Amino acid sequence: MSYTQLAILGVVLAILVDLFIARTRLITRRAFWVPYAIIVFFQLLTNGVLTGFSIVTYDGEFIIGDSTPVEGPPPFIGGGRIAFAPVEDLMFGFALILLSLVIWVWLGRRGVQRTPFAGPPIWRKQRSENSVSK
Amino acid sequence: MTNLAYLGVLAFILLATAWLEVVLRTRVYQRWRRLLLTLIVPVVVFVVWDLYAIAAGHWDFDPDTTTGIVVLGTLPLEELLFFIVIPIASILSLEAVRSVKGWPVGDEQPLDESVAGGDR
Repeated sequence: MSYTQLAILGVVLAILVDLFIARTRLITRRAFWVPYAIIVFFQLLTNGVLTGFSIVTYDGEFIIGDSTPVEGPPPFIGGGRIAFAPVEDLMFGFALILLSLVIWVWLGRRGVQRTPFAGPPIWRKQRSENSVSK
Repeated sequence: MTNLAYLGVLAFILLATAWLEVVLRTRVYQRWRRLLLTLIVPVVVFVVWDLYAIAAGHWDFDPDTTTGIVVLGTLPLEELLFFIVIPIASILSLEAVRSVKGWPVGDEQPLDESVAGGDR
């Protein structure tokens, strides 16, 4: 199978695990999509380094775009690429991120270190201490 | 030193997210057992995918910007670390947003065993 086909399959399988196997339903929550938006920004940045400097190279036979050129960087945008990386990498990343978060939340619901919960940020008071002072 | 380029990117991701544990109290590293258990599934699945993609020729790695250390026959060490670093950064991001916004993620209530598999 090509990278394109595998990437689509990865996204579909991750969504199926989220909705029907772990039943975490993360993709129905803004608590997933807002962090995902932040992660994708940094993915484009860091993966742009990996692909723009040809640390990782791709064979055009298996992606929508062309092979990473021997000399110089691939296209920044267009030709099946976004920030130097094949668009397939966005799907690969989505599958990796969603699967990881699904397992994390699923384990929590199963009682594996469900608590202590995250927060509050250090600029807010802990719920347990000095709840109403000042 | 350019052999450390890929490792450097991974180190940047770890450092750029580590402050969330302190400033936003994400308590992800604090819950290290849950974190380690979480990593097993994505590491196994994506290492298999990566080994297949390398064997099939989907992608390759520049010997000048990677350490050249290989695990499981053909997998650059950096790729294995990638599948550890990215899930950690993702979970830190999830918990960071939860810390600030308080939006439900789905593990607020323990799963009731009498309705195991039910929705919560």
